[in-house]
Amino acid sequence: MSPGDPFIRWDWVASHLGDIWLRLEQHLVLTGLAIGIGLAISLVAGIWSSRWPWLYAPVTWVSGVLYTIPSLALFALLIPITGLSIVTAEIGLVSYTLLILIRNIVAGIRSVPPEVRDAALGMGCTRRQLLWRVELPLARPVILAGLRVATVTTVGLTTVTALIGQGGLGYFILDGIQRFFSTVLVVGAGLSVLLAMAADGLLVLVEWWTTPWAHRRRG
Amino acid sequence: MAGEPIASANQANGTARAQGATVEFRHVTKHYAAREAGAAAVEDLSLHVPPGEICVLVGPSGCGKTTSLRMVNRLVEPTSGQVLVDGEDVARIQATTLRRGIGYVIQQTGLFPHRTIAQNIGTVPDLLGWPRSRTRARVDELLELIGLDPALVRDRYPAQLSGGERQRVGVARAMASEPPVMLMDEPFGAVDPITRERLQTEFLRLHHQLRSTVIFVTHDIDEAIKMGDRVAVMRQGGHLEQYAPPADLLTKPVNDFVARFVGSDRGLKRLALIRLADLPLEQTSLARVGATIQPPRNATDRYTLLLDANERPVGWMNLAHMPPGSRAAREAADASSPFVRAETTLRDTLSMMLGCSVQTAVVVDDDGRYRGVITIESIAQELRGSVALLPGDATPELAIP
Repeated sequence: MSPGDPFIRWDWVASHLGDIWLRLEQHLVLTGLAIGIGLAISLVAGIWSSRWPWLYAPVTWVSGVLYTIPSLALFALLIPITGLSIVTAEIGLVSYTLLILIRNIVAGIRSVPPEVRDAALGMGCTRRQLLWRVELPLARPVILAGLRVATVTTVGLTTVTALIGQGGLGYFILDGIQRFFSTVLVVGAGLSVLLAMAADGLLVLVEWWTTPWAHRRRG
Repeated sequence: MAGEPIASANQANGTARAQGATVEFRHVTKHYAAREAGAAAVEDLSLHVPPGEICVLVGPSGCGKTTSLRMVNRLVEPTSGQVLVDGEDVARIQATTLRRGIGYVIQQTGLFPHRTIAQNIGTVPDLLGWPRSRTRARVDELLELIGLDPALVRDRYPAQLSGGERQRVGVARAMASEPPVMLMDEPFGAVDPITRERLQTEFLRLHHQLRSTVIFVTHDIDEAIKMGDRVAVMRQGGHLEQYAPPADLLTKPVNDFVARFVGSDRGLKRLALIRLADLPLEQTSLARVGATIQPPRNATDRYTLLLDANERPVGWMNLAHMPPGSRAAREAADASSPFVRAETTLRDTLSMMLGCSVQTAVVVDDDGRYRGVITIESIAQELRGSVALLPGDATPELAIP
């Protein structure tokens, strides 16, 4: 960063809009894929863990261990196997969503009042109907709360995958650090923050729309 | 209400439903593995519930009443013995199929908080695959039946209703598919006493229209006596002590446990089983607003009852202040005496009389018109005639004048 340079050179931003859009798109895909796959795995693991409680301890242990591995180390370990690919990036990103999501899914299902479960079974719901019509809808606020944390975390973490040639907006951050060019760094970091906030806000709206029963009171 | 001829009422308004099913317990025993060896939740229970009757299982906690109830819809499987519904062993019926044909009401209602009232009531019809329009019509019908305005509550969520309304919806949900059997586990346990009283009376009214067989669990002997056509008194360890109509339970308890459980005031409790309509009413001296007061029917009468132009009682007039021949005026009447309807129980009537410190209550019809009077003396008469004593019981001295 040369002393004469302004913090942000808007002319650079203006001339690189296409580039910025491309990286933003990449970032969205990387994050979205990680959250989607992570949620799918977590739902299966979470549902099984609440059906067979003995599964819960090993499942959280595994996802806890994955969560504690430093991301840089994980990518380094994976490169010999899966290369500098999107697969490497996703394995890492998905791993970090599991702990939060599984815990919230199990907590959500466990929070269903026993009498509600009893009534559902007593009226002739099958286990599957109990799960899809009663347990998961009632667990939704807790699951969505976990999803928000996981999403915000993943948006930020995705920038790290720039180190293995992915990274979306992380590309700008890395580029800025290497070139001592503050404009790209700020664009990369700033957009990442905005994206995280937007995703969080979106999930708040989703929660609002899908749980009308939780915030309508007497009157 | 209770005194109505059921069959004719149903035929008249076309709401006659399929009759209830018989429910039978045959030597049913349930052991829980977790408990110490030998301790049974239910021990060799045999019980026959005729179709359309309300059978109340009552007893202290740990007597196995809820376990017994839950064996009917296979939420609990018996260790040995059989439960039969209409002669068929429930163990042979697929659990979900069985349960969709049995109404189920529990204390905390178990309403689904995330589904609207209409969706809640439509649960079993949905599971049974009814067409949407049929479910919707049934939901509205049930809401009206339980005294809620469909347009108002249909799309609300359970949290938006009061405790009593939620309990009503719980009952409506259980009745949605017109099941021949209903299981009710302390259905009115979680509401305040006044609401409970009202819900009980409402349910009895509904039951007279629907005639499903009901198995009703409670720990409250008063509720058991009020609700049950038959009452099964159970004791810790799942032993059935006595199975009898409430009146028999009160007059002829088979042993000390039952006698103690129904309480030493069982003579008074018996009053809850008798309604004013069951007694011959007495007549009293009458006067009309604006008319000349006539001499009393009996020379000993000190009061005369003032009626308005619509035959509705206004209050009592003291003949010492308003002698025969004077003109009856509203202001002269004392309205402190209770006006009660014919379907009121003797217990409630007595309680109201004591509350007002009077010895006579005025019986009115549904429109509030005068029908007769009832005195403490005639209630005492009823009490004397009905209570059989157990050896060892203190002799109840009826000190009522």
